[in-house]
Amino acid sequence: MDIVIESVSKEYSGRRVLDTISFSLGKSEIVALVGPNGSGKSTLIKTIAGVHSQTSGSIGIDGTDIRKIDPIELAKCIGYVPQHFTFTLYSTVFETVLLGRRQHIKWSVSDEELSRVQHSLEALEMEHMAGNYMDQLSGGERQKVFIARALAQDPKLFLFDEPTSALDIRYQIEVMETMREITWERGAGMIIAVHDLNLAYRYADTVVVLHGGKMAGYGKPQEILTPECINRVYGVDSFVVENEQGKFLVPFRARASN
Amino acid sequence: MTETKQEKDPVNVSVHTLYKANSTRRIALITGLSIFVIVAAILSAGIGTVSIMPQDTILAIGHSCAVSLQNFLHTYLPSVAGWYDTIPFTIPAPSNPQAELIVVGFRLPRIFLAILTGISLAVAGAVMQGLLRNPLVSPFTLGLSSAASFGAALAIVIGPGVLVSYFLMSYDMWIVVFAFLFGWLSMLLVYWISRSRGTTQSTLILAGVVIGYLFTAGVMALKYITNNEKLRELMVWLMGGMWGASWSAVLLLIPLVVICFFLLERRAWDLNALSAGDDVAKNLGINVERLRLSGLMIATFAASCCLAFTGIIGFIGLMGPHICRMIIGSDHRYLIPCAGLMGAAILLLSDTVARTIMSPVEIPVGIIMYAIGGVFFLFLIMRGKGRGLY
Repeated sequence: MDIVIESVSKEYSGRRVLDTISFSLGKSEIVALVGPNGSGKSTLIKTIAGVHSQTSGSIGIDGTDIRKIDPIELAKCIGYVPQHFTFTLYSTVFETVLLGRRQHIKWSVSDEELSRVQHSLEALEMEHMAGNYMDQLSGGERQKVFIARALAQDPKLFLFDEPTSALDIRYQIEVMETMREITWERGAGMIIAVHDLNLAYRYADTVVVLHGGKMAGYGKPQEILTPECINRVYGVDSFVVENEQGKFLVPFRARASN
Repeated sequence: MTETKQEKDPVNVSVHTLYKANSTRRIALITGLSIFVIVAAILSAGIGTVSIMPQDTILAIGHSCAVSLQNFLHTYLPSVAGWYDTIPFTIPAPSNPQAELIVVGFRLPRIFLAILTGISLAVAGAVMQGLLRNPLVSPFTLGLSSAASFGAALAIVIGPGVLVSYFLMSYDMWIVVFAFLFGWLSMLLVYWISRSRGTTQSTLILAGVVIGYLFTAGVMALKYITNNEKLRELMVWLMGGMWGASWSAVLLLIPLVVICFFLLERRAWDLNALSAGDDVAKNLGINVERLRLSGLMIATFAASCCLAFTGIIGFIGLMGPHICRMIIGSDHRYLIPCAGLMGAAILLLSDTVARTIMSPVEIPVGIIMYAIGGVFFLFLIMRGKGRGLY
């Protein structure tokens, strides 16, 4: 599985939100998208997810442009978890996760589909909540349900927009570890937009830095996410701490805006 | 981690058992509601100014069906008719000689109309709520009821005229077409508003209510300018009721409602997926724009066809789906039929009460329905406060 994003641009009513973004990822690779608010992370993820189409450029899976792939087939390849999620009243955790199997279900739900839902819930240790209503859950639990939905979809590429924003620090680590394992096991790729640069540091193989819709850096996290880069992109002073657990980035002061 | 698990659920129920238990419960409810509607219909056919025993009601329906079938076969399929006449078993005529005329001639069309209208309004409500992801949406709150009534009123005022005789359209059909066109127009307006940027869910409801007022203004204007004879007919529409019932209306509506129901039921999974948001639905391979437009159009068609015969009937499109959501959840595969049956049951009961409570004087069905509807609406709001509905 190879995903190639080639000079993708996106315009909203004349304003260029994404400007010639190019990168690629292969099997079991995790790419972290980082950048300040409004830098185009969500737009890029939505564009790859097929939520809207790009103004120019191409996105290819194994050499085929995604716009040429049948939507149902594409849904089997790409699983997307948005930043803001919605659900209806009186829907259960189980029903929400089952939606990930939508493209495999004609009408009735087979045992195999049910097993996949069960496994996805188990992967996130949520199987005991299967019958709970969505509106009874906490924000973090809901977020995990949506991640479970993407797992049930069993795609070749996971697209996560801020998947851990509502999770406490323990769940953040647990979910990221789970996702890391799953990408290894299934040989799937993963593009993840994160605000927490340390998550990018720790779990990403590659990092793409977006700034004002343009690429401001692309490479290994340790090489790209330097205090200089953080200062340039975010306007924040930071330093790196290194110990036996690895490298950690500590932002400490916002630069006076000029 | 393990502790909380045990607290919340001592028995670890697998997804399989959960799903099967839920499905059984849902199918049981749908079956139960169907039986309830049938029994209620038979009982309802028996009560009124003249009381008829249930067995006479059944005999009247059975006998009249058998006689109609026989006549039909003798007229169109004589070869089959010969075979039909040899069947030794015959359904006897009811002991009460008036029963057949009262039940089949007067009450049954009305009962059918109540059932069909209840089904189509509640199904339309359930689908619209799903499509626009808003619990407050219904044919009434989106202005569809007023718009369809305006269409029907306009059709009555203009009269069929030359155009209709040219296309060999019946008077009923003429009204249905008008009701649908205007119902659809109101839905297009709502759809267009829902698409424009920066529209919140409350703006949508507000827009629907305003559109409803616009068409109500139109109806009032028609009322003001029209002559006496037509005014009476118009008033009937505006009050809302089952007075417009006739076999020709029922026979026209049955296929329309059945087809619309299946078309909407086919979209049940897509509606489920839409509940996770437009973006997720698109990622799941669903053409959201097309689904929304086609779903709204079919729901509008079903609802406005029935409204053309009944006038403004509110609340049922909101009540039916919500009661069902509370009982069986949001899976549209079950929600759509369940809401339809619930709508049919509520409207049939309300109409029967309205017809019989002050017999021989009939009171408008709206009085009963809105009373139930109002209480239910308040209940929804109170309940919603605790659950973050708004």
